Amino acid sequence: MPDELSQRVVSVIAATQKLPPERVTIDSTFEELGIDSLDGVNILFALENEFNINIPDAKAEGVRSVRQLVESLAQVVGGGPEAAPAKQT
Amino acid sequence: MGARRVVVTGIGVVSAAGLTADQFWRTLAEGRSAIGPIRLVDASTLRFPNGAEACDFEPPRHFEPKELDLLDRFAQLGVVAAREAVRDAGLEWSAALQERTAIVTGNCNGGQTTEDQGFVDLYRHNRPRVNPMTIPRTMGNAAASRISMEFGITGPSYTIATACASSTHAIGQAFWLVRHGLADLALTGGSEAPFSLGNLKAWEALRVVSPDTCRPFSKDRRGMILGEGGAMLVLEPLEAALARGARIYAEIVGLGMSADAHHITQPSVDGPARAMRAALADASIAPEQVGYINAHGTGTLANDPTEVSAIRAVFGAQAERLALSSTKSVHGHALGAAGALEAIATVLALRHGLLPPTVNFTTPDPACDLDVVPNTARPAQVEYALSSSFAFGGLNAVIAFRRWQ
Repeated sequence: MPDELSQRVVSVIAATQKLPPERVTIDSTFEELGIDSLDGVNILFALENEFNINIPDAKAEGVRSVRQLVESLAQVVGGGPEAAPAKQT
Repeated sequence: MGARRVVVTGIGVVSAAGLTADQFWRTLAEGRSAIGPIRLVDASTLRFPNGAEACDFEPPRHFEPKELDLLDRFAQLGVVAAREAVRDAGLEWSAALQERTAIVTGNCNGGQTTEDQGFVDLYRHNRPRVNPMTIPRTMGNAAASRISMEFGITGPSYTIATACASSTHAIGQAFWLVRHGLADLALTGGSEAPFSLGNLKAWEALRVVSPDTCRPFSKDRRGMILGEGGAMLVLEPLEAALARGARIYAEIVGLGMSADAHHITQPSVDGPARAMRAALADASIAPEQVGYINAHGTGTLANDPTEVSAIRAVFGAQAERLALSSTKSVHGHALGAAGALEAIATVLALRHGLLPPTVNFTTPDPACDLDVVPNTARPAQVEYALSSSFAFGGLNAVIAFRRWQ
C-alpha cells in the first residue's frame, strides 16, 4: 500500500508540475522540483481529487519533500484522526 | 493649474464593524473584532467557519425592490456608503459641480454573488436561463454607475481592479484628479461582497484563510479572514472646503504605487518598500515624520513578516518608533473595499488622536518585531500616517495622510 501510494503521489506531482515522471522520486525535495507554495496548493488539489479526500491545512504545513507528503497523506488516506472523507455534491 | 492641496470632507462606511462611519470608528476604538460565524451562506462544507459579514445590513431599508433587482450586494454596500459620505460632507449639488465631480471606485470580484446564483440555477437546478439583470449586476463598475446616476454626477467616473489594493489605487487616482485640477470634487473608495459558496470554496482551495480568526503579526497567526463592506470618501481642494466651511477630517498628501514583478501570490519586500518610498516622495515628507501605518497586515504566514521587512527597509532605525496596526483583525479582509475601510480608519485615527489596535494578538513573532499596537487602542497625536495595500499579483499602493488641525 505505501508503495502504491508513493507511486500515485509521484505521478500526481509530475502531472501537476508538467514534469517528466522520471524527474520525480520519493526522495525529491520540493526545492529540487521547483515547487513553491502556490504549486503546493495545486498539488494538494490534485491529490484531493485523485484520492477523493479532503486534506486539512494542518496536514500540509511544513511539508517540503515528496516523502513528507506521502507520510502526511498516509495519515489522511489511512483514516488518521484528522481524516475527512470528501463530501460528494 | 498648479497642484492643489486635497482634503477629506466626508466619509461613509458599511461593514461588519459597523453600518456607519461612527459605528465603525467605535468598534475600532474599542478594539472589538467583528469576525464571527459565516451566516450569508451555508458554511458547513467549508474548512473555515468564520468571516466578517455586515450581518445587520438590511438592503430593503435602503433600496426599493425594483432598485434591488439591479444591484448586487457589492454595489448596494458601495452606494449606501457613498450616500453617507455625501451627506456627511454636507454637499450642495449644482450642475457645474456635478460636471466637475469624479467617481473612482475599487472592486475586486464584481457582482459574484449574483453570478454564483445564476450558476446554481443553470447547473444545479437545470434551469434553461439566468436572470436578465445578471450582466448589469455583475459588472465591476456597477456601484460607480449607480452612484453617478443617483447624484447626477457627470464627471470622469471609473472603477479600478487591483485585487486587495483596488480601493487604495482608486483613492489615489481620485486624489490626483483633484490635486491636478481634472476634477473639483471626488467620491472615491470601494466595495466588496465576497460571500457566496463558489467564491468561498475558491478561497478555501488557496489555503490562506484562517480556521479561527485573523491575528496579524501574532506568532500563532493562521491566515486571513474574508470581510465585506463599502467605504467611500469625499475629496475636495482645501480652498473649496475652507470656503464653504466644510468639516475637514484630514489632508491627503501623497500616493505611491509600484509592482513587484515577482510572483502571482507570494509577497515581496522590494515592491511594497518602493510604494512606501514613492508615497513619502509624493508627499515631500521624510520617514521620521510618519508616526502611524495602517498596515496591509493580512494575518497570513507570508505577508506579515515580509511587510515588516519592507517597513524596516524604508524607515531604518525610525521603524522602532513607528506604530503600525492591521485593522483587518477588526473588519476582516474586504478585498476591493479593504483599502477604503483602512483609509477611513487612518483618517479617523489622525482626527481623534487614537491609533486603532491590531486585535486578536496573542504572541509576539520575532519576524514581526515592530510596535503593532496590540489589542488596545492607543492615544497618540500623529502628524503623518500611511495606509498600505499590497495586492495579490504584486500591485501595491500606499496613501499618505496628514492630520488636520
